[in-house]
Amino acid sequence: MARSIKKGPYVAFKLLRKVDRLNDSGKKTVIKTWSRSSMIIPDFVGHTFAVHNGNKFIPVYITENMVGHKLGEFAPTRQFKGHGGNRK
Amino acid sequence: MARIAGNDLPKYKRGCIGLTYIFGIGKSRAKEILDKAGVDHDKKVQDWTDEDITKIRQIITDEYKVEGALRSEVQLNIKRLMDIGCYRGVRHRKGLPLRGQRTQTNARTRKGKKKTVAGKKKAPK
Repeated sequence: MARSIKKGPYVAFKLLRKVDRLNDSGKKTVIKTWSRSSMIIPDFVGHTFAVHNGNKFIPVYITENMVGHKLGEFAPTRQFKGHGGNRK
Repeated sequence: MARIAGNDLPKYKRGCIGLTYIFGIGKSRAKEILDKAGVDHDKKVQDWTDEDITKIRQIITDEYKVEGALRSEVQLNIKRLMDIGCYRGVRHRKGLPLRGQRTQTNARTRKGKKKTVAGKKKAPK
């Protein structure tokens, strides 16, 4: 079921605070985060997030088009290396 | 023969079914359109008067996105997903299901016809 509109988009509070701070100071640094379920809101555009995929952090640069998606959608958690047998 | 939105409608079907031959119009929209045009749902397509047809055509062009325009919109949406590189976009690129369905078996709609791999043995007991 979709999230209630009344509550607004879900963004982890700590993440939001960090982004606000960066926006206020006008700086751009990579923000490390584990919060894959946070929605990307317009404030995030232009920032780079290092999103955890369970193993390492994947750098994600946020563009206009990504607003409304969640951070985790851009850091795949599974790696498919192909089936065995097709050696060179 | 009624020709609406570049589509021939089947002559012998009821209006509310005939309209569904247009891409972007299903049963409920077909009924909506017929209600707005004041045409009975059960009236066969061949029995529509010219007036009915112009009215229906008018309503469809004014209020709904159908056929080519709709198809291109869908394609654009898919393209957007692929361009931003999100999970759904990646699945589109690979031709796999998008919504977390299993792919060990089934998923043939997305994956297409079976491709048999040579030398693949059945799992031993």
